Amino acid sequence: MIQFVNVSKVYPDTDVEALHNVDITIEEGEFVSFIGHSGAGKSTLVKMLLREDRPSEGSILYKGEDINDFSHKEMNLYRQNIGVVFQDFRLLSNKTVFENVAFAMEVAGKPDEIIAEDVPYVLELVDLVDKANNFPHQLSGGEKQRLAIARAIINDPKLLVADEPTGNLDPASTYEVVDILKKINKLGTTVILTTHNTGVVDALKKRVITLEKGSIVRDDPHGSYIISKK
Amino acid sequence: MTFIDLKRIIKSGFQNFTRNSFVSLSSILIMVVTLSVAGLLLLSRAVLTTTVETLENKVDITVFFDLGANENVILDLKQEVDAIPEVASSEYVSATQALINFRERHQDDELTLQALDELGGNPLGAMLNIKAKNPEDYGIIAETLGDQGALSQSSLQVINKINYYQNEQVINRLVAITTGAQTLGTVLLIILGTISVVITLNTIRLTIYSARQEIGVMRLVGAGTKYVRGPFIIEGVLYGLVSSVVTMVLFFPITLWLGEKMSMFLGINLHTYYLSNFFQFFIILLIVGIILGTVSSAIAVRRYLNH
Repeated sequence: MIQFVNVSKVYPDTDVEALHNVDITIEEGEFVSFIGHSGAGKSTLVKMLLREDRPSEGSILYKGEDINDFSHKEMNLYRQNIGVVFQDFRLLSNKTVFENVAFAMEVAGKPDEIIAEDVPYVLELVDLVDKANNFPHQLSGGEKQRLAIARAIINDPKLLVADEPTGNLDPASTYEVVDILKKINKLGTTVILTTHNTGVVDALKKRVITLEKGSIVRDDPHGSYIISKK
Repeated sequence: MTFIDLKRIIKSGFQNFTRNSFVSLSSILIMVVTLSVAGLLLLSRAVLTTTVETLENKVDITVFFDLGANENVILDLKQEVDAIPEVASSEYVSATQALINFRERHQDDELTLQALDELGGNPLGAMLNIKAKNPEDYGIIAETLGDQGALSQSSLQVINKINYYQNEQVINRLVAITTGAQTLGTVLLIILGTISVVITLNTIRLTIYSARQEIGVMRLVGAGTKYVRGPFIIEGVLYGLVSSVVTMVLFFPITLWLGEKMSMFLGINLHTYYLSNFFQFFIILLIVGIILGTVSSAIAVRRYLNH
């Protein structure tokens, strides 16, 4: 479903090689965790995947097509098919919980009736029904992240990308978020997770790819993994 | 764009407008300043146009006749004058009428009246006031009157003097001063207007700058350009709409004050002018406001959309 083909990224202003010859294939329905220290290249990887940035070399294929060849319109469609969750939540501060989720459906052109039906359903899934009319600044960190997940999955994406989703959360909220991600994966959505929290990866028992200084150092189909301590 | 897109964009624009009340308020205040400058420009144009018109109306040619000139000859001359194509109208003031007018004008001036009584009889001759269709034509008319061939001999004999040549310089200078003032005022207001337009553009750009992160989020969710730009444009339109209403309301007391205190000086009651041109005034401010709001929003969002 997703293929990184010899992807390298050098940031021109610093000459730092954030990714080096990364070659990965992710199949549909997989739950893949990327683990590594800060600066290992996890966020760069996600940025490439969302085309927030372009690779210096190599290509990224989505269902066999290079995403860097997508037109504006194709890019919007591609992004509507990918749910994204970030460490810093990235919610729309002017919109209520309900509207934040509804917005993702609106831009995908869904009719009002479907929105009115689907949003409460998803909010229930992340346990935010009671807060539907609150604004993001009235939510706790865990609630914000659950809202971000709700928004990410509302359009029934084929792929969910979660970039350090538990980075700002306490252990209880972390557990809730991971649990929701597992549920989503069980429903058939491919999940890509980046984290530096080994506990999260241990609990998942799914495929883990370890990054160090921009290169893949381990790729294990399942099990718990510990970052090499150097 | 479908109807449902439009509905959502407009709704979202309204929400941004009301939910960012402080940002909206500051944008509106700045825009009110700009629109007030535009309003002042309109009012000052009205004042200057009236001044020029008043001056133009004051210009005429008066032909003074010899004392005791035959009235029939004068009336014949009036007919000849009326036949000149550039003449709009002419008014005959008989010697008796001239005396009455003179006494009225000097009714508080005992000395002059006494002197007049002492003279006995009527020292004033009859006269003919001539108005031209266009102020530029006075020169032609005066020339025609002075031209020996244009009028009959008998008419020419009774003309004492024609006052156009005496007034010509004063009139020209007054017109020059008013046009000068008009140009200077317009230039000043254009400079002021430009400054406030730039400030407005910048204010709106800053408000959108603070929303740049949101723009990034919208993009990530897969929002097309119209969904990102649309609400900001609607917000800009609302800024213009509200600002023009506020400016109109502000001008009510301002023109009322100007109308009460400055009508004599300005030669026009600005409050009456404002009320009678209310609709036109409002439409102009509305259009300026909406264009300003829309354009600045569009420019600002474009920057962050391209990132």
